[in-house]
Amino acid sequence: MKPAPFDYYAPETVDEAVSLLQRLEDDDVDAKILAGGQSLMPMLSLRMARPEALVDLGKIKTLDYIHEENGVIRIGAMTTKSAAEDSVLLQQKQPLLHAATQHIGHRQIRNQGTVGGSFAHADPAAEYGAIAQALAMEMVVVGPDGERVIPADEFYLSFLTTDIDCSEVLTEVRAPVMSEGTGWAFQEICRRQGDLALAGVAVTLKMAAGNCTDVVIAVFGVNAIAARLADAEQLVNGSAPGEALFAKAGETAAAALDEPITDVHATGEYRRSLIATLVRRCLAEAVAGAA
Amino acid sequence: MTALQQLKLTVNGVNYEREVDPRLTLVDFLRHELQLTGTHVGCEHGVCGACTIIKDGQAVRSCLMLAAQADGASLQTVEGLRNAQSGELHPIQRAFIEEHGLQCGFCTPGFLMATLDLLERNPNPTDQEIKDALDGNLCRCTGYQSIIQSVRLAAAKTQGGKLAGAHGSA
Repeated sequence: MKPAPFDYYAPETVDEAVSLLQRLEDDDVDAKILAGGQSLMPMLSLRMARPEALVDLGKIKTLDYIHEENGVIRIGAMTTKSAAEDSVLLQQKQPLLHAATQHIGHRQIRNQGTVGGSFAHADPAAEYGAIAQALAMEMVVVGPDGERVIPADEFYLSFLTTDIDCSEVLTEVRAPVMSEGTGWAFQEICRRQGDLALAGVAVTLKMAAGNCTDVVIAVFGVNAIAARLADAEQLVNGSAPGEALFAKAGETAAAALDEPITDVHATGEYRRSLIATLVRRCLAEAVAGAA
Repeated sequence: MTALQQLKLTVNGVNYEREVDPRLTLVDFLRHELQLTGTHVGCEHGVCGACTIIKDGQAVRSCLMLAAQADGASLQTVEGLRNAQSGELHPIQRAFIEEHGLQCGFCTPGFLMATLDLLERNPNPTDQEIKDALDGNLCRCTGYQSIIQSVRLAAAKTQGGKLAGAHGSA
């Protein structure tokens, strides 16, 4: 058998999961939550992860939903990515989050992998990291002391590390409905379709009196956590769109990156040059789509 | 040794009840416990797609799941494609034969099941939709063109109608 041995639990409610996690923590048991398992299973099989206990959330049926309330889209953490991909609500009201979902893995991965699992796993190359930052999303976690709502910029701490405590469970992610007239773009570069991205960019903006406003540029895959690039955003904000401006914004974005990741797939400098190109292309696409 | 898990599930219409080690992957359960060796094990970490099966109507990778996660699920493997009564091959299987959508055949069970998932959702896919649906499956023999032709033919054979999966059709 490929994974090392572990104890397995499949609680049926969030409360049951939380009290189980707390008990395991009190007993000093190294426990890990299993959502869809599309990142965790390879780590178990390669024995990069060797938890003593797995807490499978698959039997909790209350965390599978996508709905909108007062301009906020709420997605249950155990909603599969293919359900998000097939959601007309997401496609119409939050097309950036929808487009990013289509870039995640392959259909087989999205059928089993969950939305919450991707946020909680916090892979630097995960599309949702950039979406969380670009849309200022909120993550809802439930623990022994009740519920906490964590803004995206406090949620991600480092490589594969979030603000979720050992005895807490991510139950929901929230994204605002995209406002009328917003232009957006999502692009990434992968070695093969469906691979983890070497680098990617998400952009949203509006147009007012012929100038770009409300410009948001978020990048992922290049550092431990996805981030917005304020210098490049400021450069474009208030300016008339054009190829020269987009190219300059790309260079500004690339220059702002602090030591991009170098690994077997690409050097940091290559990733930096990808960001320059992707920011330029995304700005052009977003401006073309803005009303 | 960790506590064994009770597992109840349906595979190709047959109910099974077993006790499994929690760390047993679903593909190893199918192959070793149920002797359903049609589902192939390639990379065992979610890259090649050879182990693709249908779980509750959707294609998943059986190497990226624990058997325990399939408790209560209804599964279909490549063995379930053939018509149980007549023994006739499924139209997708016939299309792969006619268009030479395989050479060595190792990856084929995964491609067949991914194709079933696609045609259930989208009976008349475009070439781009076929490529998107199969981009999680690797083939080292065909160069993929004949596989895409096979899926096109399979869609035509089922005349855009609903595929009956385990019980065959067309």
